[in-house]
Amino acid sequence: MTLLGHLSLWLAFLVGLWGAVTGFAGGLQGRTDLQRSARHAVFAMFGALALASICLETAIFRHDFNVEYVAAYTSRNLPTFYLWSALYAGQKGSLLFWATVLSLFAALAQLLTSGRHRAYLPFVAAVTCVVATFFVTVMLFAANPFERLAFTPVDGRGMNPQLQNPGMVFHPPMLYLGYISITIPFAFAIAALLSKKLEVDWLVAVRKWTLVSWLFLAIGLLLGMWWAYVELGWGGYWAWDPVENAALLPWLTMTAFLHSVMIQEKRGMLKKWNLALIIASFLLSIFGTFITRSGVIASVHSFTQSQVGYFFLFFLIFAAVGSFTLYATRLPLLEADAKLESMVSREASFLFNNLLLIGVAFAVLWGTLLPILTEWIVGVKYTVAAPWFNDVIVPIGLALLLLTGIGPLVAWRRASIPNLRRQFAVPATAGLFVLLIVLVAGMRDLYAILAIAFGGFVTGTVVQEFGRGAGARHRQYGEPLALAALRLIGRNRRRYGGYIVHIGIVLLFIAFSGMAFKTETQATLRPGESATLRSPYGHLYTFTHLGISQYDALNRRVTAALVDVSRDGKAVGRLKTEKRQHVDALGRNTFEPSTEVGIKSGLREDLYVVLGGLVNGTEQAVYRFTINPLVWWVWFGGYVLVAGGLIVLWPGGGSPAVRRTQPGYAVKLEAER
Amino acid sequence: MNAGTKFAMGAVLIVGSVGYLMASGIKETGQYFLTPSELAQRASADPSFYNLGLKVGARVVPGTVEKETATQTLRFHITDGTVSYPVVFRGLPPDTFTDSVEVVVEGRLQKDGIIHATDVLAKCGSRYEAVPKA
Repeated sequence: MTLLGHLSLWLAFLVGLWGAVTGFAGGLQGRTDLQRSARHAVFAMFGALALASICLETAIFRHDFNVEYVAAYTSRNLPTFYLWSALYAGQKGSLLFWATVLSLFAALAQLLTSGRHRAYLPFVAAVTCVVATFFVTVMLFAANPFERLAFTPVDGRGMNPQLQNPGMVFHPPMLYLGYISITIPFAFAIAALLSKKLEVDWLVAVRKWTLVSWLFLAIGLLLGMWWAYVELGWGGYWAWDPVENAALLPWLTMTAFLHSVMIQEKRGMLKKWNLALIIASFLLSIFGTFITRSGVIASVHSFTQSQVGYFFLFFLIFAAVGSFTLYATRLPLLEADAKLESMVSREASFLFNNLLLIGVAFAVLWGTLLPILTEWIVGVKYTVAAPWFNDVIVPIGLALLLLTGIGPLVAWRRASIPNLRRQFAVPATAGLFVLLIVLVAGMRDLYAILAIAFGGFVTGTVVQEFGRGAGARHRQYGEPLALAALRLIGRNRRRYGGYIVHIGIVLLFIAFSGMAFKTETQATLRPGESATLRSPYGHLYTFTHLGISQYDALNRRVTAALVDVSRDGKAVGRLKTEKRQHVDALGRNTFEPSTEVGIKSGLREDLYVVLGGLVNGTEQAVYRFTINPLVWWVWFGGYVLVAGGLIVLWPGGGSPAVRRTQPGYAVKLEAER
Repeated sequence: MNAGTKFAMGAVLIVGSVGYLMASGIKETGQYFLTPSELAQRASADPSFYNLGLKVGARVVPGTVEKETATQTLRFHITDGTVSYPVVFRGLPPDTFTDSVEVVVEGRLQKDGIIHATDVLAKCGSRYEAVPKA
């Protein structure tokens, strides 16, 4: 099986090179035979890589421990569920997974792109082939997943227990899918630059792909937050770790793109900016991979240091120099069709939104790279951590939240005073009303107050938009309001799905601000003893240590501690927290003991209990008790955001830019085609 | 004044405030990230490195870890091969902490020559090969 897998990799390598050469040559010379060959190369590459993935997964399921990768990440007693995820649990396998999915997306891009964008496809085939071939090259020359050992171990080392969590089965592929699918918009951008077809066409072709990538990254980030929260046991979900930042960066630039693309569609402005954003998003995704895999920046989550990182650094430089050189030569073709007419316009608010998003991205990048930069320049590493990120990002984030409410209310081109008064009355009142409530309720944390008040304002905006649209349908067609609101979403999914995403963002901001009020205590308790902790809402929680039980489970020895919880003297439930010592099939310890957190999640707050250990093997236990307000709303806000994204993305109908172009606007999309 | 100029002023304002936030934050919350050797060298040359919040990246010296579960106190030595420092930490160490891992210790070096840690991050270079967490 490994021989077949290895051969498939070589086949993918050769086919990928062929596809790259024929794609570029065919596109530039207009030779249809070469173009067809490039298209077929993409399909062949997907076939070869899919076969290689099947080979590796087969080796994993057959417990072929002679294969180094199988021995390093799986064991005989690993649950089947995790045998699947073992495909991407380690460096080498994840490279194969990456290349396979990329070739799948490349094939889909060839198949799904509609007729009028076909001129770009040979170049798209070429670019996707180059990127996929790069991944195959890394596997063939630095990290071959099919490498065999000189001997066959009786059992494998097993999977790191922290990865044996449902979140870890879905989090990495979602994140990878996000990272990988950025390649398609990037390929279209390069295709547009090469073919000099730089009108709105390429944007329309890539908008959905960008949204796919944005959505997968969002899901990946949210799942990662959830995994960190339930599995790592430090009591939070976001730590501004370099690896987290690396995934956030392209998400920020794509969020900016998804907004500024509307300005290009409507007004023919920001052409250079949009192209630069797409190229930057792709480069940031490669940069993120480099950070994760090279070990250049100290991160708790990084892969082991290896030469793989330098392949990525080289590729990053190659892609950056190549694409920006090409970009520079095409700048004269990217002049705007219109000028900004007024500061009080939709365009201006989107421009500020873009600036702020890029500001956030720049600050995150800077904070992440600071240790490397200072070591280069002054010879000593200087770092910033979570407090710095919070100090910098939170104010910018709040300004962005405010703009989320303002943007949809301001007219395109130039808003008049009566128009503003009419638009802002309801949302501004909603925001002020919420502000008064939190002030009366006694909240005194400035950022939290602002987050909630701005949240009220944005919600007011969205409700007003829905209300007006549904009201109009109600009057015109006599539909009941609820049905009218649903039909409204269906009629213009991009706009109203977008508003639902905004509601998700509001929920996330409010949930994040809850963490400003978390409380925590540590205690060493004998059975029967209690610790108390006051919640930010003023309730007194009592945690009573009941006792310890120890037992064997499938692939681990479990030490479980039970805790009774009461609020203001009334029992509210029982929590279990565990220490797990994973063992192999022969009963030998593998890995260090890992902690299972006990969590009781509620609308107002989460109770979060961690077993630190036992005192000298007695039933006396060390605990950390944490009350995390509003965490449930992070996950709920995440669902809302993803639902909104899916509504926008759903195929068919929607609202092509053409239909929404209004008379008198600078861009006449039909005329340009 | 046309809209473009006004927008440019707004942009300068935004870029300026982002820059200001970043710069002022670095002074307040930035920390040195040193190896034990670098720390020893700097501390002997400049006494202000004592009782200064910083991070030290090093390896735990095998056999030096003492855990007092009852008081949740952890004592161990860290080294980069040439200089070693004793560390004391009150709190729960991460699951990956053992007596042979690479750690990042966040805390202050006191005049008694002990690093009083406020946080310990562990990373197992040989076996912890996690998928990226986000």
